[in-house]
Amino acid sequence: MKLKKNNIDEKQLKKRLTGSILTGIIFVAVVIFGFRAIRSSERIEDTPYALRHSFEWNQKIWAKISSSKNLSVKKPRPKKGTAPRQNGDIGLQSLADSKNYSVEVISGNKSFKLPIAAFHAADKVDYSTDFRCIEGWSEEMSYAGMRFSDFMKFYDIGKKPDGSYYAYVGLETPDKEYYVSIDMESMLHPQTVLAYEMNEAPLSLANGAPLRLMIPVKYGIKNLKRIGKIFFSDTRPRDYWAERGYDWYAGF
Amino acid sequence: MIITEKHSRILRYTHWINVVFLSLMVWSGILIYWANDAYFKIPDPIAEKLSLQYKLAEGLSWHFFIMWGFLINGLVYLAYQIFSGEWRELAPRLGTFKDAVLVTLHDLHLRKSAPPMHGKFNAAQKLAYCGVILMAFGSIVTGIAIYKPVTMGWLTALLGGYEAARLEHFILMIGFILFVIVHILQVIKAGWNNFRAMIAGYEIEKK
Repeated sequence: MKLKKNNIDEKQLKKRLTGSILTGIIFVAVVIFGFRAIRSSERIEDTPYALRHSFEWNQKIWAKISSSKNLSVKKPRPKKGTAPRQNGDIGLQSLADSKNYSVEVISGNKSFKLPIAAFHAADKVDYSTDFRCIEGWSEEMSYAGMRFSDFMKFYDIGKKPDGSYYAYVGLETPDKEYYVSIDMESMLHPQTVLAYEMNEAPLSLANGAPLRLMIPVKYGIKNLKRIGKIFFSDTRPRDYWAERGYDWYAGF
Repeated sequence: MIITEKHSRILRYTHWINVVFLSLMVWSGILIYWANDAYFKIPDPIAEKLSLQYKLAEGLSWHFFIMWGFLINGLVYLAYQIFSGEWRELAPRLGTFKDAVLVTLHDLHLRKSAPPMHGKFNAAQKLAYCGVILMAFGSIVTGIAIYKPVTMGWLTALLGGYEAARLEHFILMIGFILFVIVHILQVIKAGWNNFRAMIAGYEIEKK
């Protein structure tokens, strides 16, 4: 708003300017000090305290204002047999013995090993949608396998004696070099699948044969390749990239 | 001495706070962009010098923290504009578009006279400042679309999909950088009396 003022004393103006400049200096100091304080504060899983908490708050706020029931939007199916983009080979160093491969499952007192055939025998579900990497790229991919919620129902796992779900699902590669943990809500999402096919071809070793997790409501880092172990827990199991400074939730 | 009260306190505060938040958003955004430099490659010597390499996690953590500051400060600014009636200083009129061209020509020394000012900003300023507010809005919307492409899938689709929204978000960032460059040049050109108004609020009309 433009306000004209007459008969202003020059001294008064000087004083005002000095005051404003001082405020400015304090402002700059606060910004620099604040930035440094956040940066050098105690680190939780390789992220400064405030920023790690901000990750968690963002997730809580988002859960309040949005519905987690949405599906990741359907995309045209890539040409059959197209090699899906592959990124990262942590946990894939040991060779998978496909003949005797089995997945270890632990839920409460239950503990058993499942051969890959068990997953093939189940109802097959099939989706085609965006696969999004936290680095920033995305690619349309189709995948097929056993829906994770079907898997839980079929083997009657994932629930505690009182009938409520465990809060987290943990997954690990056979060599335990790569591991993720995911909230139960995202694991129960209909598009979350224990996949043995991508782009209508059997999984390649680089893409996690013989069985991998496909969870399009999460960044690629959560889509663990070559599942060696699936387990349920109420305390958050370790997570490879969360330990290295990334948002644990990493979901859309 | 005659002065005009050009920029109110709240306007100056939100302006300078925005300088900080926008800078941090651009900085952390570039850290994120470097991890998948899909549109153009930042030359290695530059990236190394500015230490932009392998900082995706750090970029994400700052981006999703500072975004709140950027948003809230923007809302305070917007609320002030609306409730104080100050928006009238920015709102373009029919003649503003033509005048903005004339002002630009004048600034580029291609025209002798500048069109008369209506209010505290000239026509080119009005358009630039309205534009930058719209850009901030666009950044937030495209940002949400790539932040939550499933729960906000309808928005992502509306913007042309995930990849398109990411490109739009990036273009807006480039737009901010260009705006800031021109803005700083213009402030230097306009001189101390004008710049002081953004520090202390007043402009001296007549000694």
